Amino acid sequence: MHIPDGFLDTKVWAGMSVVTAGTICYATKKVNQKLGERQIPLMGVMGAFIFAAQMINFPVAGGTSGHFLGGALAAILLGPWSAVLVMSANFIVQCLLFQDGGLTALGANIFNMGIIGCLAGYGIYKGISNILGGNKGLLIGGAVAAWCSVMLAATATSIELGISGTVPLKIVLPAMLGVHLLIGLGEAAITVMAISYVLKVRSDIINDVAKV
Amino acid sequence: MKKEILIGLLIALAIGVFLSPFASKSPDGLDKTAEDLKFSSVSEGKEIVHSLIPDYAMPGVKNESLATSAAGLVGTLAVFGLAYGAGKVMQRKKQKQSL
Repeated sequence: MHIPDGFLDTKVWAGMSVVTAGTICYATKKVNQKLGERQIPLMGVMGAFIFAAQMINFPVAGGTSGHFLGGALAAILLGPWSAVLVMSANFIVQCLLFQDGGLTALGANIFNMGIIGCLAGYGIYKGISNILGGNKGLLIGGAVAAWCSVMLAATATSIELGISGTVPLKIVLPAMLGVHLLIGLGEAAITVMAISYVLKVRSDIINDVAKV
Repeated sequence: MKKEILIGLLIALAIGVFLSPFASKSPDGLDKTAEDLKFSSVSEGKEIVHSLIPDYAMPGVKNESLATSAAGLVGTLAVFGLAYGAGKVMQRKKQKQSL
């Protein structure tokens, strides 16, 4: 769902760049205050996994593919603010090294596919897992958070395209949501697999209260 | 802890190197929507930067799968380094603040 250069007009990409830069600054402050030493290599591994998993486009209906985003998963495993930094690192490398997503759209792409999943996804996950409780709650919370993060990313992307005048919102929004409905299921499946794996090998990571 | 980090990184590298050539080549959700709604041409020729490894294919590697695998290797390590480095910088700042 990487937006290339040209899709967004100046006011939209500049505005999104400011919002994203502000969020990264805030995340940096939060992480600075609380980051535990154990978390640092985890951030690296999470970033590596997100990048690799995003390369694997999986086919969905009608000659379309989707790929993992990972914001919700990163926030569940690391905490929302360190996850924002990890997701940003991923999109920066994708943009600068691989031309995936435009440089002008970098702020929007980090926001849509990273920040939304990290913050909204984490909130949804926390809410559901607290209500349901237990490992089942963690997995269901993770699945719903992952699916919602993709739908919210598609919504944000559509709104940005609409405001830019690239395509009318009322046309692009249903099209984007329709295809991402299915892609979100892939996101949920990968997120659940990853959470169950971590629960098996290192459950302390998921239950760590010192997450930032 | 060290062992688990290594295992985690190896899993990521395995996905980025060995699984990446099998990724679907179909357009993703946004690209397909742009094609269907006929606005994909809006971005043509608008790239601001020309990246070293465009489209996840290592330039100069003729075999398509190998080119993808090489890109996956470089990218996975690059994001690992950048995210790890960001954490390291934060840690150092935190120590300074607590002095």
